[in-house]
Amino acid sequence: MDDLMAARLQMALSLGFHIVFACIGMTMPVLMAFSEWRWLRTGRQVYLDITKAWSKGVAIFFAVGAVSGTVLSFELGLLWPEFMRHAGSIIGMPFSWEGTAFFVEAIALGVFLYGWNRLNKWVHWASGIVVGISGVLSGIFVVAANSWMNSPAGFDWVDGKAVNIDPVKAMFNDAWLSQAIHMTLAAFVATGFAVAGVHAFLLLKNRKNIFHQQALKIALLFAAVAALLQPISGDYSAKDVAKRQPAKLAALEALYKTSKPAALVIGGIPNDKEERVDYAIHIPGFLSFLAHGDFKAEVKGLDQFPKEDRPPVLITHIAFQIMVGAGFLLAACSILYLLFSWRWRQVLLKKWWLYFIASTTPLGFIAVEAGWTVTEVGRQPWIIYGVMRTKDAVSSMPGLQYSFYVITTVYILLSLVIFWLMRRQIKTIEQFYPSAKTV
Amino acid sequence: MLTLIILILGASFILYTILGGADFGAGIVETLAGEKGERTISKAIAPVWEANHVWLILAVVILFTGFPSVYASLSLVLHIPLMMVLLGIIFRGTAFTFRHYDVINDNTHKYYTFLFKISSFITPFFLGVTLGAMILGRITFDQSVGFYEMFVLPWLNLFCFMMGVFAIALFGYISAVFLVGETKNDRERRRYAMFSRQLMIFTMLFGLLVFAAAELQNHHLLNEFLQSPISIIMLLLSTILCPVIWYFLNRKTNKTLYLRIAVGIQVTSILIGWFYIQYPVLIMVKGGDHFTFFNTQAPEATLQQLVIALIVGLVLIVPGFIYLFKVFKVER
Repeated sequence: MDDLMAARLQMALSLGFHIVFACIGMTMPVLMAFSEWRWLRTGRQVYLDITKAWSKGVAIFFAVGAVSGTVLSFELGLLWPEFMRHAGSIIGMPFSWEGTAFFVEAIALGVFLYGWNRLNKWVHWASGIVVGISGVLSGIFVVAANSWMNSPAGFDWVDGKAVNIDPVKAMFNDAWLSQAIHMTLAAFVATGFAVAGVHAFLLLKNRKNIFHQQALKIALLFAAVAALLQPISGDYSAKDVAKRQPAKLAALEALYKTSKPAALVIGGIPNDKEERVDYAIHIPGFLSFLAHGDFKAEVKGLDQFPKEDRPPVLITHIAFQIMVGAGFLLAACSILYLLFSWRWRQVLLKKWWLYFIASTTPLGFIAVEAGWTVTEVGRQPWIIYGVMRTKDAVSSMPGLQYSFYVITTVYILLSLVIFWLMRRQIKTIEQFYPSAKTV
Repeated sequence: MLTLIILILGASFILYTILGGADFGAGIVETLAGEKGERTISKAIAPVWEANHVWLILAVVILFTGFPSVYASLSLVLHIPLMMVLLGIIFRGTAFTFRHYDVINDNTHKYYTFLFKISSFITPFFLGVTLGAMILGRITFDQSVGFYEMFVLPWLNLFCFMMGVFAIALFGYISAVFLVGETKNDRERRRYAMFSRQLMIFTMLFGLLVFAAAELQNHHLLNEFLQSPISIIMLLLSTILCPVIWYFLNRKTNKTLYLRIAVGIQVTSILIGWFYIQYPVLIMVKGGDHFTFFNTQAPEATLQQLVIALIVGLVLIVPGFIYLFKVFKVER
């Protein structure tokens, strides 16, 4: 394995690992605060139990998120020193805001987790709200730094150096809003469905369990609203990408030739040699509509870009199909859920429905991982789009593959332990929480 | 702008040494205290350890925003020790949390405890090594010297090793004194006071060895300390505080707050004394072209935004931090 590949894989692994915990860290505080609020308003024990049970899991996820985030702040330099040398002073601003938000989040979480018996109930609840807000904000700030790589702004590139730096412009680059909305919603969809799925699975054992019923309800409520908003945000993102990064759009759609009008390609396997997509469904004119809001508009294909500027088509296209597929499935599930809870409540505890919800557990996170693959692989060969190539940013230290092997081993190990710990936690819910006792 | 940023960077470095030190040191003290110490230590650091570590993130962010080439160059040549720091951070944070939050207390906990202890030594050691490499002046950016000269020898030497050992002793010492105030009864208190005294002796001993190692490697650290009045005063201050702290450790009164303040001043004065002789150099480079605050600073516009973010941040963080400590740390 060459050093560039090792560095890219290590970064991908570290991001892919961290994003799961970051999503949970953004979403769960909001869900916990909601549940605690229900408890404060209704006084029902079950809501307090849910909040407490969730917070035990969140403490573990949050700690792993904090350390894997620290790892990333170092890896930016360890793997991409040449990128940071130039980009540090341009995108340092979102990172410093992120640092601030995360700091507030860590402090508030300490208060929330350990303050149960020491604080006024409403003060405790407010600390949960602070965790939620700062968690979402820190996510948005980090995404702003990433969006700058997709849509560099706030500097002039002169003779291989950035001059006239304007960090505010850099942070509020053209891509930040669409990416921030898409990522925040994605965090709620992924975490919401994962939590709902686990509780649905546990309900299958005893469908009368109030604890799991209510937990499922809260998680699915947030997940469903976010999943229904997500396609709108996705459409906004797609139009944005079409405007700013036509090469990425062409790669994720596997559009080899510039077309007017362009067909939407669903599924299929891109064939780079023949420059066509095998086994795909084509919907004429639809890509033109999605990208530019006009069924007859021209969409730039990969042929507009020299070979060395094209992103890998196969990975980008397949990842995009997975993301959209999972997203639409979850959106459909959300419509059903809202429909059932409005008119056919008895369905919500039917076995087939619970099986269905349980089966969606990993889908949101699969979509998140696929989505990051689209945005990161789709930006290649650039690390700063149109400005700096990934291969020029990588560390010149030989033997980077060893640090990749080490990090891979560590993260696999951690994943296994976390999985095992969560199973233990779930097994003991009934033992610790009165409302979860099987009747 | 630049002065303000340097001050905040220095402050977060000091705060990390004290708070992160007390935190990492807990694993070192637990190694001394054995199983009996586990509960006291877990209880003392659980609510605050994540917040303590954000000071390090803050320092890293200031470095890569305000002085990007320092951050980039350090990450390049000190890749290996920094990677070790990271591994320590990963294992320590996760092992501690897993142990603390696991609902069933069974045999598996000894693995977490083992990892927690080991990593509590690894990170301080390699932080010390990294710092040592930054000031020793063997760092080079000339790729032609080969892998070992560029990526290994700048940090694999006696001085850096001693710096690492010194960091372990110092962190352990800070933590032991901090834990004296977290104990429940008199017997426990006496035990932690004993650990504090032992670790104080180790810290002073290794401190002297750092100076000796520096001399052996032709880096005249002691001379530099003795050349400026301020660093002499700081060095004296931290030395004078030793018997004072020793005295308070021996007494039975529960004046733990004074103890903590005294150790805080001690650590701060050592660091300020060292900053003073080091300023404005961040990385000493073999052959001369040292990285200083001035030749690596980001453009004015960036520094301005950084200051705004830091000030808003501190306005939010400092009261929050004090609140967190007040809720959990006021003598119970």
